[in-house]
Amino acid sequence: MEQVQIDDPVLIQRYIKGDERALASLINRHNQRISSFIYSKVNDRGITEDIFQDTFIKVIRTLKKGTYNEEGKFLPWVMRIAHNLIIDHFRKNRRMPMYKGGDSFNIFSVMGDDKLNIEGQIIKDQIDCDLTALIEELPVDQREVLVMRIYKDMSFKEISENTGVSINTALGRMRYALINLRKIISENNIVLTN
Amino acid sequence: MEKLYSKKQKKCKLVQAKPETIDFLLSYSKSLKVTKTNGMTFESNLN
Repeated sequence: MEQVQIDDPVLIQRYIKGDERALASLINRHNQRISSFIYSKVNDRGITEDIFQDTFIKVIRTLKKGTYNEEGKFLPWVMRIAHNLIIDHFRKNRRMPMYKGGDSFNIFSVMGDDKLNIEGQIIKDQIDCDLTALIEELPVDQREVLVMRIYKDMSFKEISENTGVSINTALGRMRYALINLRKIISENNIVLTN
Repeated sequence: MEKLYSKKQKKCKLVQAKPETIDFLLSYSKSLKVTKTNGMTFESNLN
């Protein structure tokens, strides 16, 4: 039996008058075109379903409110809504990017935990401890500048103000502190690695 | 064997929304009631 195709405007009028089956016909008629359109842009089945659903929620609300006008055709109108929702989706994702791992791409190959493991942490603690002992060996004026610069994160300007010497003297003391540290390390065959 | 550097072309895939999605939309449509009074529009969802 040949099925009679009812036009979109007729179905819309029926739906506005309360015939829910008309909406089912409209959705089923345009399902593939709208879903494929969304899928071609977002390339994800789940997101396609979400945007398809949101699109028709907007369609239903507009039709029920009676604010739909017949100026344009139904399908281009729905496509426009879907298009706007796709743009919204990408805007939202630009603010909060979400990375998914797949078969061909593992997120952990580009993203890592930069924390040290237990062994690395123990080695680091040991080095810090050794270095503190080495710094104690430095002359007082050099040690003072090095501690302020490295451990207290002060600028050379602040160091010069605090110690009452010029910036150049502070820079020179820092330089000699580092040279002397290297000398102590090499003379005593100390190995500091991480 | 020679290496192919050309990328596979993206095929246009036809997809359809799941029946569950359509069922949800139809149920949503049935439950949504829009009332207009004195130029104001109210939307109510009756489950």
